[in-house]
Amino acid sequence: MASLDDLKKRIASVKSTQKITKAMKMVAAAKLRRAQESAEKGRPYSEKMNNVILNLSNGISDKENAPKLLSGTGQEKTHLCVVMTSDRGLCGGFNSNIIKKAKSYFAKILDEGKELKIITVGSKGNDQLKRVYGNKIIENISFKESKNANYFDADKVGKMVIEKFEAGEFDVCTIFYNQFKNVITQIPQAQQIIPLNNEGEESSSEESYEFEPDEDEILSNLLPKNISTQIFKAMLENSASEQGSRMSAMDNATRNAGEMVDKLTIEYNRSRQAAITKELIEIISGAESL
Amino acid sequence: MSEEFKVEIVNPEKSFLVKDDVSEVVVPAFEGEMGILKDHISIISFLKPGIIKILSKSGDENYYVEDGIVEFKNNNLSILTSTIFNLVDMDKSKQQDLLKQAEEEANKTDINDQSKYLADQKVEVLKTLN
Repeated sequence: MASLDDLKKRIASVKSTQKITKAMKMVAAAKLRRAQESAEKGRPYSEKMNNVILNLSNGISDKENAPKLLSGTGQEKTHLCVVMTSDRGLCGGFNSNIIKKAKSYFAKILDEGKELKIITVGSKGNDQLKRVYGNKIIENISFKESKNANYFDADKVGKMVIEKFEAGEFDVCTIFYNQFKNVITQIPQAQQIIPLNNEGEESSSEESYEFEPDEDEILSNLLPKNISTQIFKAMLENSASEQGSRMSAMDNATRNAGEMVDKLTIEYNRSRQAAITKELIEIISGAESL
Repeated sequence: MSEEFKVEIVNPEKSFLVKDDVSEVVVPAFEGEMGILKDHISIISFLKPGIIKILSKSGDENYYVEDGIVEFKNNNLSILTSTIFNLVDMDKSKQQDLLKQAEEEANKTDINDQSKYLADQKVEVLKTLN
């Protein structure tokens, strides 16, 4: 059995760990509220954008000559995957969930004999992926300096993706992120953004629009913006998910630490008691033998 | 019968402005300024750098935008834009900053015609503000 001194030290160390996890939980809770708010506020933009594009692509007359961002390059040889993770750890299964989802997708693509390229956003994803897929990672971006997800950063990623697309470096682009459902549940998502997958979605109105200038020109202007918007949406969802996941992870950690302190305290008291009893027995038996 | 309709301006971060007593909105559409009144036909267009004028009973408002998409449907006008500033909140130094940025962009030689045109537009609009 560990000595009394050792037990005392362990209790102290668990207690200080508990203090840290408790503080992190508080911070995450405060940040979560803000992240959740901005995720909700950001939704109208991406929804409206989607709607307009839906209306446009339905209205487009010449499907053959539709912009490549919409219809694709006509082949599916090279896949680009944008894996979005956090820059900080201690957030439970948040990063691992995205990576797991991404890895199963990668395996599928490689099984089909297609080429794979990866862009990682956030340093944690890069850390986990570079061991296995190091040679596939073509770009690694991290926004450690930015406090909150902002459109400017998303636009940078979006522009990069489009640049690569126009240079013919890939045919299909998919982004991986965690969708925020609630504090306990975050759903890892794989969303294809190039070519745009609108099938299955019905346009909200049958009404025809007037376009100025014509559809093709608007579309070719809008689609690149939509890429950035989708990435921004993913970033917002991700940051809310990250905080939510961290909060519940830290909550669990705090609770576990509490349980551990209780257990150790009982053990400490018991061995203290045992030591006292032992001493008493020694004194008594010593007195008897006199 | 009121001649008012609803306008909503959204930027990626939030819903920037919602107003439902608007009588006219003038937007800098790509092919020239466009005034939108109630019962306009459904239209989708996109914006070039310029000033959005919103005329309503409660007073007129002016916003500077750099890009965006307008959609008008069923007397709902949605404007999606990534860069928007209320002219009232925009002081001289902010204007100068934007102007400087735009000028730098316009003076770049390695950009294509369209971005060049947009940058020139920005410069022009910002100069008229000063």
